[in-house]
Amino acid sequence: MTSPLASLPFSEPFADDVVCDQRFIEVSNFNFFYGKKQVLFDINLTIPARQVTAFIGPSGCGKSTLLRNLNRMNELLPGVSHSGTIAIHGISIFDPSIEVIALRRRIGMVFQKSNPFPKSIFENVVFPLRIMGKQSRSFLEETVERSLRAVALWDEVKDRLKESALGLSGGQMQRLCIARAIANQPEVLLMDEPCSALDPIATAKIEELIVELKKEFTIIIVTHSMQQASRISDLTAFFYLGKLIEFDQTQRIFTAPIQKKTEDYITGRFG
Amino acid sequence: MSHPIPHFFQHNHNKTAFGRLLRNHLLTVLCVFLSCITIVPLFSLLYLLFKKGGSFLSLSIFTELPASPGLEGGGFGNAILGTLMMVGIATFFSGPIGILGAIFIAEYAPLSRLARTVRFVAKLLTGIPSIICGAFAFAMIVLTTGHFSALAGGVALAVLMLPTILITSELALLGVSSSYRDASYGLGATPFQTIWCIVLPEALPAMMRGMMLAVARAAGETAPILFTALFSQGWPRSILEPMASLSVLIYNFSALPYPYQVQMAWTASLVLVGMVTGINLIAQWAFCKKI
Amino acid sequence: MSFLSRQSNYWKRIDYFHLFCWGASIATVLLFALIICEIISKAAPAIQEFGWHFLTGSEWRPNRDIYGVFPMIIGTAASSFIALFLALPLGVSVSLFLSENFLPATPRHFFRMMIEMLAATPSVVYGLWGIFTVVPLVHHYGNMIARHSHSLPFLKGPAYGNSLLTASLVLSLMILPTIASLSRSALEAVPQSLREGAYALGATRWETILHVRIPYAAPGIIAAAILALGRAMGETMAVAMLIGNSQCFTLSLFSPSNTLSALLANQFAEADGLQISALMYVALILVILTLGTNFLGEIIRRHMQKITAEGH
Repeated sequence: MTSPLASLPFSEPFADDVVCDQRFIEVSNFNFFYGKKQVLFDINLTIPARQVTAFIGPSGCGKSTLLRNLNRMNELLPGVSHSGTIAIHGISIFDPSIEVIALRRRIGMVFQKSNPFPKSIFENVVFPLRIMGKQSRSFLEETVERSLRAVALWDEVKDRLKESALGLSGGQMQRLCIARAIANQPEVLLMDEPCSALDPIATAKIEELIVELKKEFTIIIVTHSMQQASRISDLTAFFYLGKLIEFDQTQRIFTAPIQKKTEDYITGRFG
Repeated sequence: MSHPIPHFFQHNHNKTAFGRLLRNHLLTVLCVFLSCITIVPLFSLLYLLFKKGGSFLSLSIFTELPASPGLEGGGFGNAILGTLMMVGIATFFSGPIGILGAIFIAEYAPLSRLARTVRFVAKLLTGIPSIICGAFAFAMIVLTTGHFSALAGGVALAVLMLPTILITSELALLGVSSSYRDASYGLGATPFQTIWCIVLPEALPAMMRGMMLAVARAAGETAPILFTALFSQGWPRSILEPMASLSVLIYNFSALPYPYQVQMAWTASLVLVGMVTGINLIAQWAFCKKI
Repeated sequence: MSFLSRQSNYWKRIDYFHLFCWGASIATVLLFALIICEIISKAAPAIQEFGWHFLTGSEWRPNRDIYGVFPMIIGTAASSFIALFLALPLGVSVSLFLSENFLPATPRHFFRMMIEMLAATPSVVYGLWGIFTVVPLVHHYGNMIARHSHSLPFLKGPAYGNSLLTASLVLSLMILPTIASLSRSALEAVPQSLREGAYALGATRWETILHVRIPYAAPGIIAAAILALGRAMGETMAVAMLIGNSQCFTLSLFSPSNTLSALLANQFAEADGLQISALMYVALILVILTLGTNFLGEIIRRHMQKITAEGH
């Protein structure tokens, strides 16, 4: 199967930033608090571009919190604070000159539960363009087709683009949400347990898609399923109680973990 | 029987079980009986409305002016128009303030001190009797301008409607799933875009429903306009003049010793109840959620 | 900033909408302050003139500028408490009726619509209805009762149609939907697991209602009652049309009486000079009474909720 992305002039991002490829996202000495409660402890992590990085760990270990910090979604919650930095392309995302809204456009997010808007399929995909003020009809149509093809949804919905997105199946909705996120032409896609509400067949499709998408995007995925992490990710980070325990090539983590806790977790002794 | 007791138990505890079941049924009968009593006045009300009011119902009721007390003929077209105009004025003032305020306390700053104050004030305002709204409009507008006016009546009704609109709109906004907000922010939308493009369209039917309920309530109110808009025998000309309204017409005519005017009061009641029920029904059916 | 520079700066606009919303919130708060200030400032001359004697005086004579509202305060309290006394058992039984399945769903749905209609009927229509149905009834049966009551002060004749009892009866009808709908939501908030627990122990339906549902929902029901009391105190038109508007003080249920709100409704349109000020003073007392009642209800509800929460 040839990639639908390969033939398309998708984003021509960061050609000037190739040097940063291996040190694309850098998290350093990062601590995070909900009110007084500290939920992330001194995280140091360097994520390379155009690879799939999986965050694994038991519930409440802080992996989703870290993910939501990468595009500053956590700022929407009351009473949160942090210390340390997260840098992308060497620029801190907490820098006062950074517009959080622009940041979120460059770092797309897909949520645990698929959340298409109660609008038509077409309107869902073009929402990020509409809010930018780009209104040219042909551009919108082109983007919809490109984005839906990229998530292998085009053939399934091309005849009913005007119908409500809420009529799609669970897996289709989640792929629509991914299409919506990449219509923004982001560089990074954050995925917060994107398959946890889906059946195995839909899950397999999304996983296939993730592997396909990593040619264009840097993907960071939070997952509860270790099989999923081992199947699709290049790198795996294991979190436990708000600390980063181990971060390495996925293959290494799953075959020869260094830390005892990691081994216990991936062999199913706790979690 | 709702709680059949198996025979082998009934044999052992015959008396107590029988007593308990008897009491159970007596209380059920009592409860149904008391509930049905409450419906009797409503039936009486509806019966009288249709019997006394229905017989006078004709097209001229809606197009003619009231006859002078003691004389026969005429209608109350000016009162219907006046009620609609004053409710319109009230909605013009309270609708935007209520909805924008609700957006502030539900979307922009739900935990701020201002939001908490607004919620508290809205609760206090719902507890204030409607006649106080009239006293306020009287003090602020009638005493200042020196004459009774439809504007004062509209302002009084606006004060009455504001807390209802504010509270129902906030509930409508809170009913919008937060995953939509997450998705919108996650795509890089500004708070304004998130509210305007995503949250408001979702909450709109429920907000409209709340607004219609407030309108229905205001249309039936008498106390706030009794001594602010007063009454007028003629057609509405300006909102700075006294204006007739259905509810004040009913109040005035009900106290008159002339049977014809009392009949008119019943007909006006029928029209008013019809209007209020109609608005309520529109609120329930027309703004059902559609995708 | 290379990766941000390609964006257009659509977000740089000031969010005027935010400002509007903020303004509307401020306006709401200011409106309440303005209401209180206007009423107090317009009442100030009367407050200076009469002070506390306004509350205890029992004469209201605008032509001689003598104002006292003791009979109206008593009338307000009496009419609303009698109305609550009548409406509470009825309202609670309606709420039980609507939340249990004594009857199939269709009649219950019809019943609910009827109660909603009762709630939506304008006050002035209740007044008109009262004039034609309740007034003759009270007049007729009141005289009969008064004749046999051996001059008990509360049942003293002669019975007038427009009387305290008439107003209270119609008031009870008007506050009934409030009690019914609020206590219904309190009753329906009782967890299903508690009810099932009681049934599983062999309780009958009414034992479950009396020992589990009503105690659990009690804070909500009491709050509903107090809220309805506040409504009854402020209710104007039906009362003004039915209570007889007598400025004299009586104890009898069958005599004409007056309430604060009916006084306002009857006199505002023709008032001038000190009378306006005195009426504003009355309005102020009414605001304090109703807000105080609602406040009390809120406190009781919170307090009882704490007790119930600790009890479980």
